[in-house]
Amino acid sequence: MTQQYQAPRLTVPVGARDHAEGPPGARVVLLEYGDYQCPYCGAAYPIVKRIQKHLGERLRFVFRNFPITNAHPQAQWAAEHAEASAAQGRFWQMHDYLYEHQDSLGDEAFFARFEQKLKLDLARLDREVAQHVHLDRIQEDFMSGVRSGVNGTPTFFINGVRYDGYPEFAPLVSALETAEKGSR
Amino acid sequence: MTNAGGSRTISILKPGIRAPDFTLKSTPDQSVSLRDFRGRPVVIAFYPADWSPVCSDQMGLYAQVMPEFKKFNAEVLGISVDGIWTHLAFAKDRKLNFPLLSDFEPKGAVSRSYGAYEAHVGESARALFVVDARGSIAWSMLSPDGVNPGADGILSALERLERDAPRSKSA
Repeated sequence: MTQQYQAPRLTVPVGARDHAEGPPGARVVLLEYGDYQCPYCGAAYPIVKRIQKHLGERLRFVFRNFPITNAHPQAQWAAEHAEASAAQGRFWQMHDYLYEHQDSLGDEAFFARFEQKLKLDLARLDREVAQHVHLDRIQEDFMSGVRSGVNGTPTFFINGVRYDGYPEFAPLVSALETAEKGSR
Repeated sequence: MTNAGGSRTISILKPGIRAPDFTLKSTPDQSVSLRDFRGRPVVIAFYPADWSPVCSDQMGLYAQVMPEFKKFNAEVLGISVDGIWTHLAFAKDRKLNFPLLSDFEPKGAVSRSYGAYEAHVGESARALFVVDARGSIAWSMLSPDGVNPGADGILSALERLERDAPRSKSA
């Protein structure tokens, strides 16, 4: 068949395996496929924070990995650090710190100081990163993105439908509020 | 994203049609022919130009999804009207792991034969084709201007091919 273009939908629904902030029952779910070394994701990071503050308990935010490793040599390293931190219950702290310190990605000593502050078991974290324990999960995220129409980063989905507007505060909030009304 | 109104009058080749054969340069002294890949699926990705940001994402994505394409024993060919030297520089910069073919002389002839040429701008359209092991078009898609079509449609088409002809993999 010759296929007509249509806005893609999320093929792997948000579930228990996902990293999420905000109430599970929120009527609107914003999902980001992101790469820790991507400058556009870095630019979107404070915007997402602002949106979370603005919508409060009305919003659930989910992050999935989409490291574009041929363009971003530190992206996988960063994703593995975030996932290894998640294994010790500190995903969001590490996620935020990575985006707040994109210039230092790959600097083991720099991130080790933060990991110490988070009281993470560093030996375990280093082992899991070195042995790529979480790489399968990262690859699962990546492929779920590919199958859902993620082509670059950041790509957002709002209630399971790809958001093709600008990754800026006002258009995102407007799209989220429209989706929220639609799900009542 | 908007569809550019009157300019999108091109019509790409549809499934069931035999894929026109071609021979194009992949390096200054090497050529690639479609018929070289008979016996396995071929993904042909026409794209407007090296270096423009949307294409870069698209080709970079295919490089990264290559292990999935290889599960179907599929070959990926990128085609644009860029010359071979820009292709080589672009492929090196983006660490591409599949050939970029140069539809340079006569300009756009192969793109035209697939209905994938935007004559008003002199570039290939952003069109995808999956050619089956026997050389027929199994799936095709024309993407709107400026929209990266991604890899999802390609993977679904390769899955359907494998389901319908599971033996083609060993051919």
